[in-house]
Amino acid sequence: MMNKVGSKHTARMFLYIFLYVLAIVWIFPFFWLVRSSLMDLGQIFRYPPQFIPNPFKWENYKDALTSLPFGRYLMNTFVIVIGSVSGMLVSTSLSAYGLSRVQWRGREVVFAIIMTSVMLPYFATLIPNFIIWKTIGLTNTYVPLVLPAWFGVGTSSVFGGGMFNIFLLRQFFRSIPRELDEAAIVDGAGHLQVFAKIILPLSRPALICVGLFTFLNTWNDFIGPLIYLNGETKYTLQLGLRTFLGLYSAQWHLLMAASTVVVIPVIILFLFGQRYFIEGIATSGLKG
Amino acid sequence: MSGIRSQIPSSGMKCKTISDQRHETAAGVLFTLPAMIGYICFAAVPMIVSLILSFTNYSVARPFKFVGLHNYIRLFSGEDHFFYQAVKVTLYLTVLNVPACILISLLLALLLNNKIRGWKTLRVVYYLPTVIPQVATSVIWMWIMSPDFGILNYVLKLAGLPTSQWLFGEKTVIPSFVIIAVWTSGNIMTVFLAGIQDVPRSLYEAMDIDGGGTLEKTFYVTLPIISPTIFFNLVMHTIATLQAVLQAFVITQGGPNNASLLYVYYLYREAFEFDNLGGSCAIAWVLFFGVAAVTLVFFKTSGKWVFFGGER
Repeated sequence: MMNKVGSKHTARMFLYIFLYVLAIVWIFPFFWLVRSSLMDLGQIFRYPPQFIPNPFKWENYKDALTSLPFGRYLMNTFVIVIGSVSGMLVSTSLSAYGLSRVQWRGREVVFAIIMTSVMLPYFATLIPNFIIWKTIGLTNTYVPLVLPAWFGVGTSSVFGGGMFNIFLLRQFFRSIPRELDEAAIVDGAGHLQVFAKIILPLSRPALICVGLFTFLNTWNDFIGPLIYLNGETKYTLQLGLRTFLGLYSAQWHLLMAASTVVVIPVIILFLFGQRYFIEGIATSGLKG
Repeated sequence: MSGIRSQIPSSGMKCKTISDQRHETAAGVLFTLPAMIGYICFAAVPMIVSLILSFTNYSVARPFKFVGLHNYIRLFSGEDHFFYQAVKVTLYLTVLNVPACILISLLLALLLNNKIRGWKTLRVVYYLPTVIPQVATSVIWMWIMSPDFGILNYVLKLAGLPTSQWLFGEKTVIPSFVIIAVWTSGNIMTVFLAGIQDVPRSLYEAMDIDGGGTLEKTFYVTLPIISPTIFFNLVMHTIATLQAVLQAFVITQGGPNNASLLYVYYLYREAFEFDNLGGSCAIAWVLFFGVAAVTLVFFKTSGKWVFFGGER
């Protein structure tokens, strides 16, 4: 009996060691990124590698950020992100309401059709979309990057894509007790009032989740801006980083500094909103 | 009291008139309009446009004409030898990447479920890489996997193990992509973990009475109960991997010697570098049917191993 308890303890100890060591391995690339961003070229190629920069070269950040107009790229990215997040919140919440709280014939069919868009390869629609935007003459503007969000279409087809958001919100709206709307309708409220005064205020966590995912996907989007934008003044951060990679491919310290700048806001956002990210992914995955 | 109140609206529902129903339909359609317009304008119409263009030689530079099945014949006849290379590379990546990501994520989720102290923090740590922009992820790993100066080869050398060319070797580039993909598969683990935590406790208690240990519980309770979650992850991750592109884009440009010519990168190159938009529409349609076929196979075989609870 004693022995069994003992072996259980050893197993648990190994479990802890394994999971925590693995967590360090998982974090290591971030550490290496920041460490390399604070070294000069001499230190970075030293053998054996140093783990802590000595001295800390904070100038790398200045050099990296002034070599390309990153301030401008940041502003451009913000314009696209804000346009997309607000559009996505409005369009997917309205649609999810229509697909969950209003009774109408054909609702389930419409929902099923919209859900099939997860099967469409992103590039299969991207090329004809590009051709259409080019024909209208709106390439090299932010319209092709922002307008789809106002119609519930995102930059990703899986997590955080438009149909994912509609699915998530619909799931959430359905969990709100129906008596609340019915009581309001008896009191003479219309659907718009029920939507704005009952459903939206009760769905804050789900809306935050949609907002965070859309922020992240737009901030991280590379292919969309690459295809639609060709003037360097219109570039986003991701395109800037790619250009930087082409220009300074051997300047690892500057490359790491530029990457750190692109990564930090995302990490901060994630750490603040991680509950919403993880719950959003978990619920949609389960009921998928 | 609440019972009485909840009866009022339902009795109101019964005397709904036809005009009420029309009103409801109008409201439903109006609310859903954004998504319907979005689906029509940004998915359905583009797909039709793409289908038509796939039978033309459309490009930005040339006047265009219908060429019949030429674009498709060119692919399958091997006239464009990059096509089969791209298919081969993509299938190779999928066959390595999907099992690796699914198995490792599943294992991590099972281990994290053991009432580990700090499991929420660990979950955040394992999830973190998935939120990083892929361009930055690519830059970080290019540096770590650098053949001459990378920390990875340094550690291998220290341990007396053979080093590798990683992203710059013909044989190692796809396995290197898989390593990066495993690092960024935290969302799969999160879905698994949520599924595992939903398994009814009573089932484990029944196993305790029968004297089953951790392994028996995992194989006879947890895995069968979460098989729909495994299925969901398998389908989604396969679809995503078939369309993976970014590392080929940022790191290798399909090289060395086309060893990482992922299908979507080949599609992009044909469309935007070789200005063969018509041909690239055909390439996209082949991808669409490929993805649809794989999904169909998953769903057809799912009845044999996925446990759908009371639903079937």
